[in-house]
Amino acid sequence: MSEPPKIGSDEWVARSHERVEGGAGARGALIRIGARVGWWWRLAGCVVVAALIPHVTSSGYVVTVGINTLLLALLALGLNVVVGWAGLLDLGYVAFYGFGAYLYALICSDQLGGGVHVASEFAIPLVMIAAGILGFVIGSTSRRVSGDYLAIVTLFFGEIFTEVVGVDVPGVTGGPNGVTGVDPIHAFGAQITSINGYYYFALVVTVIVMAALHLLDSSRTGRAWRAVREEPLAAELMSISVNRLKILAFVVGAVIAALAGTIFAAFETGTYPTDFDTSFLVLVYAAVILGGAGSIAGVVVGAVVVSVMLEILRNPTEAGYIFYGLILVTLVGRLRPWRTLAAVLAALVVFGVAVHAIAAAISSAAVAGGPQSQGWIGVALRYWVVVPVNATNLGNWGYGLLLLAVVGLTRVGRTVRLVLLVPTIYLASFVWETVLVTNPTTTREILVGVILIVLMIARPNGALGVRRVEVAT
Amino acid sequence: MRFLIEQIVSGLTLGGVYALIAIGYSLMFGVLKLLNFAHGDVYMVGAFIGYFVLTGLGGPSHLTVPVAVAILLMLAAGGLGSGLLGLCIERVAFRPLRDAPRTSPLIASLGISFLLEYSVLLVFSANARSYNTSAFIPFSTSITIDGVRIWAVRIVVVIFAAFVMYTVRTLLVRTRLGKQMRAVAYDREAAAMMGINVDRTISTAFFVGSVLAGIAGVSFALVFSEITFNMGFLAGLKGFSAAVVGGIGNVPGAMFGGFAIGLAEAFSTGYISSTYQNVITFGILVAVVLLRPGGLFGRVKLQKV
Repeated sequence: MSEPPKIGSDEWVARSHERVEGGAGARGALIRIGARVGWWWRLAGCVVVAALIPHVTSSGYVVTVGINTLLLALLALGLNVVVGWAGLLDLGYVAFYGFGAYLYALICSDQLGGGVHVASEFAIPLVMIAAGILGFVIGSTSRRVSGDYLAIVTLFFGEIFTEVVGVDVPGVTGGPNGVTGVDPIHAFGAQITSINGYYYFALVVTVIVMAALHLLDSSRTGRAWRAVREEPLAAELMSISVNRLKILAFVVGAVIAALAGTIFAAFETGTYPTDFDTSFLVLVYAAVILGGAGSIAGVVVGAVVVSVMLEILRNPTEAGYIFYGLILVTLVGRLRPWRTLAAVLAALVVFGVAVHAIAAAISSAAVAGGPQSQGWIGVALRYWVVVPVNATNLGNWGYGLLLLAVVGLTRVGRTVRLVLLVPTIYLASFVWETVLVTNPTTTREILVGVILIVLMIARPNGALGVRRVEVAT
Repeated sequence: MRFLIEQIVSGLTLGGVYALIAIGYSLMFGVLKLLNFAHGDVYMVGAFIGYFVLTGLGGPSHLTVPVAVAILLMLAAGGLGSGLLGLCIERVAFRPLRDAPRTSPLIASLGISFLLEYSVLLVFSANARSYNTSAFIPFSTSITIDGVRIWAVRIVVVIFAAFVMYTVRTLLVRTRLGKQMRAVAYDREAAAMMGINVDRTISTAFFVGSVLAGIAGVSFALVFSEITFNMGFLAGLKGFSAAVVGGIGNVPGAMFGGFAIGLAEAFSTGYISSTYQNVITFGILVAVVLLRPGGLFGRVKLQKV
């Protein structure tokens, strides 16, 4: 494959039609067919597929994961308005989600006492309006501060929120115990009782939000947001009222987050401060960035990928598929030509079997542990990876060594890297089988961190994002 | 009066720690214009390195070397280890992102923060570890001012922090390296045209900043004993706030900001409510940023087209 021309060069401009039509070959044909199907038809297709999920599975667990995925998608959509469209870095976004959840929980349970107990058809609009006002207040700070300073101010707001709900404001937030006994969503006499009901409710809400955002995106306001993101000063000169648009972005984002919050509170029948901490914020950001900030479809795909992947990582065997799958995909994607790839894979197999044989010959205890992965991966690895009995300590050292090795790999030349790649992957597998698999919650967070770093370095604009043309100043 | 003095002492100790973190932030923000969320975790790693040096020297109650040597070794190892970590982070995660959109390194630093925090959790478990400083420097080693006994460790920590800050300031003002850092902070491209090795200068700034964070981590643990894997996030946030209060990129400002935040926190704990100390601290910060976006000592840059 030839190198694509540099963005902005004459050749790049001349070949613009290829990009519009999606290039040559089968991939181009697919893209062209995809483009002929309109946005609404594509949305409808996705909705049909999503609506079928509760019918093909009888497991409530899968549907619960589906609800969480939809909530993450809603949040990602809302954050996308603030970050992707208006270009405002809001690090307190999860606070709006928490605000919506807590407010709904408070007015739809007996927590407040004094007869404050509202039906959902009033509670949800009320929460959304309140969140809009909060968004307006916090968004107003963007009149005075911008860029990183705005990020800090919003981060502080987020921290203040978690601190406030984390301590027990007497009789209100309940501190670490949270608010419990929240009503399910009940409106006009009907009540959502089943998990499937919540799934469909969340799906309908998500679709409505997606449709509304799609209309907003191609509207005057959407275009003005993008102008503000690219260059606030120029936008202002074009008579766009920058401050108002920034605040509007905050308000829209806050309302969507609060809406997601109400569904969350009603579905979980309770809210707890730990549901809205910084690590959740990072997940929402991961979803937005993975999908490529700015695109509605992109952030939804990002949310689905993040949510499903985190769910899979709970189960050691399935987590193994992801772990080894990622390694394999990276090798296949990065190693060219194919002879190198084949050599590395062959070397991996030989290296592992050899190490295993040597270790077994020295001491049988050194291989007695067996891989922690079950299923066919576990079988395949039995004679490949060395797992001693009581390997936790060794695994910890291995983990440290692995971090050093990976850092080292990025520093050496290509040939040396290829040679060192084999033992490093073997070490990674060893660490995975000894310590990582046995601590799934910690491993999840570590993987999120690693994926964020690698993704940012490999594709600074997000996995599915498009490279924006930088105009030289 | 005694209560007031106690609060001031506690605020100054905490402030010294925050000031060290804040200066690191300022240096890094200066050269790279980057909010480095991983800085708080570098601080945490420093505290852990100090703990293992302490254990290696025989543990708190059976030190095999004189106390002063042990403390110096802990500070040196914590600082150096953190410094190397900072160097690594910059080299691996931030250097490839020099020309990327502004948010990319920010998100990458969030990723590093996660990676460091949970790696420590994975390897060293969630149990808090204790320096147990009072086992080798008993509380009775103290000086008395107006009836208030001040534990010697607090004094050592504040003096050492002041010494380190003085050294860094001298480094920035007097040496060629400091001049290079200021030049890169002012205008990276112009600095490169003047023959300054920009990459090396940025690396050095990261190294120095991270050394300060490591020293801060060990100092904190010496006074407050307990260290956990998640101590870094909030400390980093406060250190960063200190840098913002003082006007980011401004080293004396960061120092002042650190002490101001430390004192504010101590006073709000002492006089208002310990439950809301973080809320109050962050409230003050929001107010400062909104009222003086450039920080108390900073100037708002005019936007030029």
